[in-house]
Amino acid sequence: MTMIINHPLLGPRDAAEFVYLGDASLINRPDPQSETAAEEFYEYLHLRDNNAGEHRELWYHEQGDRSWLVVTRNTLTHDITRVELARDVASMRANGAGAE
Amino acid sequence: MRYSAFQVLKEGLTGNKGWKPAWRDPEPKKQYDVIIVGGGGHGLATAHYLAKEHGITNVAVLEKGWIGSGNVGRNTTIIRSNYMLPGNEPFYELSLKLWEGLEQDFNYNAMVSQRGIVNLYHSDAQRDAFARRGNSMRLAGADSVLLDEDGIRNLCPDLDFTNARFPIKGGLWQPRGGTVRHDAVAWGYARGADSRGVDIIQNCEVTGFTMDNGRCVGVDTNRGRIGAKKVAVCVAGSSGRVMSLAGMRLPIESHVLQAFVSEGLKPTIPGVITFGAGHFYISQSDKGGLVFGGDIDGYNSYAQRGNLPVVEDVCEGGMAIMPKIGRARLLRSWGGIMDMSMDGSPFIDKTEVPGLYFNGGWCYGGFKATPASGWCYAHLIATDNHHDVATELLLNRFKTGAVVDERGAGAQPNLH
Repeated sequence: MTMIINHPLLGPRDAAEFVYLGDASLINRPDPQSETAAEEFYEYLHLRDNNAGEHRELWYHEQGDRSWLVVTRNTLTHDITRVELARDVASMRANGAGAE
Repeated sequence: MRYSAFQVLKEGLTGNKGWKPAWRDPEPKKQYDVIIVGGGGHGLATAHYLAKEHGITNVAVLEKGWIGSGNVGRNTTIIRSNYMLPGNEPFYELSLKLWEGLEQDFNYNAMVSQRGIVNLYHSDAQRDAFARRGNSMRLAGADSVLLDEDGIRNLCPDLDFTNARFPIKGGLWQPRGGTVRHDAVAWGYARGADSRGVDIIQNCEVTGFTMDNGRCVGVDTNRGRIGAKKVAVCVAGSSGRVMSLAGMRLPIESHVLQAFVSEGLKPTIPGVITFGAGHFYISQSDKGGLVFGGDIDGYNSYAQRGNLPVVEDVCEGGMAIMPKIGRARLLRSWGGIMDMSMDGSPFIDKTEVPGLYFNGGWCYGGFKATPASGWCYAHLIATDNHHDVATELLLNRFKTGAVVDERGAGAQPNLH
């Protein structure tokens, strides 16, 4: 009864090797130069969707290759359905391809 | 029926035929003055104090499952008021005072047992911090005693005082802290509220909020629409799910916290003991089981069960101060869902929607707060003003910067 994260580069790894950060939307850091930066950073830092069900979240492979992963996990069952490198997700978002 | 020694004697002599159910099982009415969403400890306490202290009895408590099926029946039953900040300590001290009079107040045996709580310290710096905390507690009228190593040895002689890494140097002792039979708290408050006319409606899940011109005027449930002048949400653990029905995002993440109980042993632990160099707390139940817990698992969860790495971490904490428990066998472990707020403190506040109130964000410290939470929430619902001891537990405090950072960490302290 432990969670196994299927690392895209290293294969199945024990979740205990990772550090958890939270909702993957934390990749989308607001623009500090924006007019509404204060409000946007308040929401970015403090408010959460806190889904019951499928949840995309950031895990850091601290005791492995130190990559950041975006793990899609069900918060009701702990089932992990998808694991991506966070840098791939971020660059897809930057290119407008992965609008999620 | 009023419970008393005389009633026990009388019923015992007449075949125990006179006992009645402790609360009714009514059908929901169409309209109430106040609807409380969530029949846990805090919701039932709120209903009890609304009826008893404010005379508002046209109240329904809606519970998705059965009352006491949530965190009020899944915690480690500890009560204490050893906080420090002005926004917190008077609130928790009010709670401890209410615990002390609770059984007389709702005429139910909740087995309030004030055997004391000790927070161990392991270094000079920690001793100084605990001295400061103890002084702060006294300023709010609480009791605290700073013990040195001999003091702890008198209290609990068989701890690992000479642990090479975390030697025990002393502890901050609150003699009035202790434990309470948690289920009885739900049952006692339910009985107290019900006897004053509050409808406790079980198996009634809220599926939406009814809005009228931007005002909350009731709830949709799996048993139909129910109207109310005021709707008070009190569903810690599920706050995110329920408030999303009103389109609200909260400064809360839901996490799983595990708890453990060993086989029954003869009395071996006086009161509650907590580890100062890790996260571990332990007490012994009246049945003899060692009841203990530690950190949250550390990832978002609504699953009410955790994973093995944290089981190992908690047991390591226990072994570091109390090697004797290594011989005890674990009987059960379970998980509960915590509203982890971003500064570690709760919320008792109005929302931006008129008629809709919110109580939640209790992290893993909600049980001890049950009486004061109900008391202050009832005060807020009845008067629309915050109670004097709960003026800082506001929903917008992350926007204003007035955080109550007692613990200095939120849902993600990243200690592991």
